[in-house]
Amino acid sequence: MSQDPVIEARSLNLTFATNDGPVHALSDVNLTINKGDFVSFIGPSGCGKTTFLRALAALEEPTSGTILVNGQTPDQARQKRSYGYVFQHAGLYPWRTIAGNIKLPLEIMGYSKSEQLRRTDEVLRLVELEDFSKKFPWQLSGGMQQRASIARALAFDAELLLMDEPFGALDEIVRDHLNEQLLELWKRTNKTICFVTHSIPEAVFLSTKIVVMSPRPGRITDVIESSLSVDRPLEIRDSTEFIEIAQRVREGLRAGHGSE
Amino acid sequence: MRRSFLPIIVVIAGLLAIWYAAVVPMNIKMALTAAERSGIAVTPVGAKERRDRSAMLLVVQNTFAIKDTFALERPRLPAPHQVATELWNSTVNKKITSKRSLVFHGWITLSSTLLGFAIGTGLGILLAIGIVYNRAMDMSVMPWAIASQTIPILAIAPMIIVVFNSVGLQGIFPKAIISAYLSFFPVVVGMVKGLRSPDQMHLDLLKTYNASSTEGFWKLRLPSSMPFFFASLKIGIAASLVGAIVGELPTGAVRGLGARLLSGSYYGQTIQIWSALLAAALLAAALVALIGLVQRLTLNRMGMS
Repeated sequence: MSQDPVIEARSLNLTFATNDGPVHALSDVNLTINKGDFVSFIGPSGCGKTTFLRALAALEEPTSGTILVNGQTPDQARQKRSYGYVFQHAGLYPWRTIAGNIKLPLEIMGYSKSEQLRRTDEVLRLVELEDFSKKFPWQLSGGMQQRASIARALAFDAELLLMDEPFGALDEIVRDHLNEQLLELWKRTNKTICFVTHSIPEAVFLSTKIVVMSPRPGRITDVIESSLSVDRPLEIRDSTEFIEIAQRVREGLRAGHGSE
Repeated sequence: MRRSFLPIIVVIAGLLAIWYAAVVPMNIKMALTAAERSGIAVTPVGAKERRDRSAMLLVVQNTFAIKDTFALERPRLPAPHQVATELWNSTVNKKITSKRSLVFHGWITLSSTLLGFAIGTGLGILLAIGIVYNRAMDMSVMPWAIASQTIPILAIAPMIIVVFNSVGLQGIFPKAIISAYLSFFPVVVGMVKGLRSPDQMHLDLLKTYNASSTEGFWKLRLPSSMPFFFASLKIGIAASLVGAIVGELPTGAVRGLGARLLSGSYYGQTIQIWSALLAAALLAAALVALIGLVQRLTLNRMGMS
């Protein structure tokens, strides 16, 4: 894995003005993410993990500090279509079939008809939904819808996959299965993934780098480089190495709470 | 459909029963006057005597006249079968080119209804797009649209007719403008709501694709507004029909359902008035049902029903 930084955040601050006064969503965040990293952001609600992801995708404007994505501002990167964003809810268009939904970004980005078809088929196969291309979203289960939305984010060549609690609304069995599939995808495509989650096992299982955050003000309290190998069967979650990393994440989260 | 058949029949039968029951006291005085004139003994004697009597009491005292109340030529309230007969005679039994054919008059009203509906819907959509995409229009247009609907249409209709007449526009067009005046409003309200219905996540998603706002309109806002659009159309088409009929009233028009209503009231032809009213109601129901059908087909195709 190369060590080229894809994302560099330097003394990033982001404050929301609300009716109850300013909310300090991100406070002095410094972070470097390298190409091919799988980075999880973990922390309690209000710790700014989603805000960081949104700032990365130019959906929020930082109050001060800088973010560089491949040496460019997030907005420039957005205009170059560098982001594949996956939201907590699949957010498929109900009036488009699964294939139609995956074509949406391709249509907007001006791919030719034949290229649209080729890519749609390819990503549908990648998420094992090739038999459902003509179905409407409501005809699919929640887990399948989420897989379709991941396929949609993969269909164009986004360098960065930004995933905001994509499996948060799913049950644990489906979630385990999707985690395995996501790891497979990541290894095959070698994309850089930023993944927001509430779940410690999920973060440890998936990541090469775990960013522990804490709220009020939202800040990074620990960055853990995972020592787990890239090949991870589900059983790895019972290994001592896995449990030790999970322990460190848990302590980081607790320390963040203790400082209040 | 089959399951709702029985309840519908029961409700219609109930309404008809109430209607028939109301016909007797409403028409009893006229029936008694006619009976007295043809030499039948009536209690009490003399129309003057009966004028201040309660209708119910007269019915009880003169039960023989009950059947007459259903068969008067110009009843105060015509019986359902009289209206039905008139409706049948003036549609099926008349050539549609005849001035007495309700199909002829219905078509006149329908054509200006449809033209006005098309103008109103187009205008409504354009205004809604303006309101959603332009902040100045958002702040300024809606209050005027609401104010426009607080003016009684009966008050403004004659002026619209007169103004258009003075610039040489007559016939279908001024009436269509009145229809448009009534039908643009539900379309504006529904489409503004519909075009704003996509949630933030969908809008954010398009932003991450760097989509233009034109693409946002065609690929997201317009399709998500469809259920709202059809709901508005159903209100709009009924309002259009009302507008067209109202547009025919103040001008002394000789053609159209409104003209039928007007001439019926000039000559005390209550049966004619009621049958024109019923024809208008059936026309409105058919138009709304037609839009309902288009809605079902469209949303089905979109996988949204």
